[in-house]
Amino acid sequence: MAAAAAGALLLGVSACSQGSTTKQPEAGGSQSSGPAHIKIAYQQWGPGVVMKNFLTGVKTEYEAAHPGSQVEIVPVVASENDYYTKIQLMMRSPNTAPDIVYEDTFLINSDITAGYLRPLDDYIKNWDQWSQFEDTAKGAARGQDGKTYGVPDGTDTRALWYNKEIFKKAGLPADWQPKTWDDVLSAARTIKQKVPGVIPFNMYSGKPMGEASAMQGFEMLLYGTKDTLYNYDQKKWVVGSQGFKDSLNFVKTVFSEGLAPSPKDALSPNMGSKVGTELLPQQKLAIDLDGSWIYGNWLKSGAKPWPQWSTVLGQTAMPTQDGGGKGKVSLSGGWTWAIPAKSKNPDAAWDFIKTLQTQKNAAKYATDGAQIAVRKDVAADAAYKSSSASTQFFTDLVSVTVYRPALPEYPKVSNEIITAMEAVMTGQSQPDAAAKNYDQAVEGIVGGKDSTTTQSTGQ
Amino acid sequence: MTTTVAPTSATAPSGKSTGGGGKPKAAKLVRMLPLSPAIGLMLVFLAGPIIYCVYAAFTNMALTGTGAANVKFVGLDNFRKAFSSGAFTNSIWLTLVFTLISAIIGQNTLGLGLALLMRRSTKPVRNFVGTAVIGAWVLPEVVAAYLLSAFFNDDGTLNVMLHAVGLPGQDWLYGAPIIAVSLANIWRGTAFSMLVYSAALSEIPKEIEESAEMDGAGGWRRLLFVTLPMITRAVMTNLMLITLQTLSVFGLIYAMTRGGPGTKSQTLPLYMYEQAFSFSQIGYGTAIALVMLAIGAVFSLIYLRGLNSEAA
Repeated sequence: MAAAAAGALLLGVSACSQGSTTKQPEAGGSQSSGPAHIKIAYQQWGPGVVMKNFLTGVKTEYEAAHPGSQVEIVPVVASENDYYTKIQLMMRSPNTAPDIVYEDTFLINSDITAGYLRPLDDYIKNWDQWSQFEDTAKGAARGQDGKTYGVPDGTDTRALWYNKEIFKKAGLPADWQPKTWDDVLSAARTIKQKVPGVIPFNMYSGKPMGEASAMQGFEMLLYGTKDTLYNYDQKKWVVGSQGFKDSLNFVKTVFSEGLAPSPKDALSPNMGSKVGTELLPQQKLAIDLDGSWIYGNWLKSGAKPWPQWSTVLGQTAMPTQDGGGKGKVSLSGGWTWAIPAKSKNPDAAWDFIKTLQTQKNAAKYATDGAQIAVRKDVAADAAYKSSSASTQFFTDLVSVTVYRPALPEYPKVSNEIITAMEAVMTGQSQPDAAAKNYDQAVEGIVGGKDSTTTQSTGQ
Repeated sequence: MTTTVAPTSATAPSGKSTGGGGKPKAAKLVRMLPLSPAIGLMLVFLAGPIIYCVYAAFTNMALTGTGAANVKFVGLDNFRKAFSSGAFTNSIWLTLVFTLISAIIGQNTLGLGLALLMRRSTKPVRNFVGTAVIGAWVLPEVVAAYLLSAFFNDDGTLNVMLHAVGLPGQDWLYGAPIIAVSLANIWRGTAFSMLVYSAALSEIPKEIEESAEMDGAGGWRRLLFVTLPMITRAVMTNLMLITLQTLSVFGLIYAMTRGGPGTKSQTLPLYMYEQAFSFSQIGYGTAIALVMLAIGAVFSLIYLRGLNSEAA
């Protein structure tokens, strides 16, 4: 009885699966591009309303230019992992599919394989603005079939944010430049000792923070070791690497020595907005391994205006494990605007995406949304470059940045990473055991030992 | 309880003859006709999904990636994967611990104890206890979970009470999550057992207990050798129902701990939810649902045996 009820819960979802007959509809098609009702879905997380305000502005502009058309903005209020589930469920059926959907680049290949998205090549070839986009950004929205499935609206890089005032109290330099993991740990230990009541170091970790834990936390460590997640030469996923264990050991160190928030607090699904709107602005956190965008919280339009941030906070690159390689690490992701395969108004949706991505609107979002621009004309724009005290620093990191292996299996692998992190940070498993579980799980995901390797290659 | 039920079912009308020389079979079919829409609906909306669920458990169905566009039959892979996965065995183990502590021991004995005590207490006490216990049962699951989170929290009521009597508190939801959710489930579910046992106890004729008392049997002996044997059927029925209810508890645990920290309170329903919805693996999730179904069936068989041997 119990299981039947649980099973029924699953069926609500799986019953609408289309089975193996799902086909990619061709772009273009015969839909008329007259007045249409378009629905646009995006993630609304935390208290931020930057995206909502931006979309509302573009909606007004679009509706004025297309009389009779209607744009419906659908905020999907959800935490990281829940957002993906919710939009995937929406995209399964033509009755619920939005016409435009905001896709994280880490999931885009998985959703392309799932047949949820529509190739945009036929639209793009008649679009004069596409040449303005950076090639790396274009690559992030390309499927394994070589077609493009989304228009990127920004990217990001990651680094260490640190509080210069706390550093001063702890006797640490205001111009902090750690060269190795140990430098980061020793600074955190000094702060723990000399400035009680302050959290020395924060990195996202564990399941509730989803992809933020995997990318901002774990991969920022792993890609500073000699190992990687995926071997592009052999086209195999890497298992059993020393770098993986070392990264888990770092997680263990910061949580077991009390250099990070207590595991209990760190496992709150709201940790992201808590760091941005409470811990950093209230100066309760000394070092934060985080993204380029977090100052968006402190803008006048943000969730927690804090004009002093640019003098209080410094930014420095995350070092590699022992200072080797390029010496610093950054990872990049970003989001794209895509059109679901089951959208009823793809032509109108494309028109709307074009409006979203005019130079003026792209610049507006890059500034208000604290993004790193992916349009060359925006990136070269003086107003953008000086839009915040950290823009130049984070834009420079693009030269060392790494993209995640954007393969259809990546989201599942990412889930195994955060599972391993959580097991280690809570003390449930030792790093070696958690790494072993990860290896086993990855073999299961990618189809056995033949698809994995123990050798990493250059990124 | 059972004594009153038996005679009525025995005297149920047993198929009147359908008039002289008619065709009883055809008539029966005709009488079934009005039921057919209901049966059809049942087949479509109940049997259909269940069959589909069984089918999904043997596929790689997923919310995203290859399993979403191209659903393939993978045989027993999902089950093989489950039984070789540490997270799955961990959640089976936790499910059994949770069921044992919260249902079989907690709700069951506490429910029986309350029913016995209430039998002897005065009316105001009875009303008060009854309202309090049933109140917990009537509360919506998520509201109850929210209240209990506040109770078990680091600076929650439980620790305040413990400190007041000089005992050390602990962070229940973080340090002992499976105990915390088990206690929560006892608090919430005891009313059901109490009601079942109250009904059963009220069926025991007063004279039997009185004569046992006359023969010199003390409280414990009376309970063990007179009262309990007379309500065995109620005990078995109750155990079966609360076990099945407890196996499927989801909202309470999800709202209190989300199955964490780590996987320390991740019972089967939570593991299934995580795999199916957070991690998008529908096929694997349904396979776990089938395993849950099997565990529920095993428990039911054990209890049904108990019921039958009693009836024989």
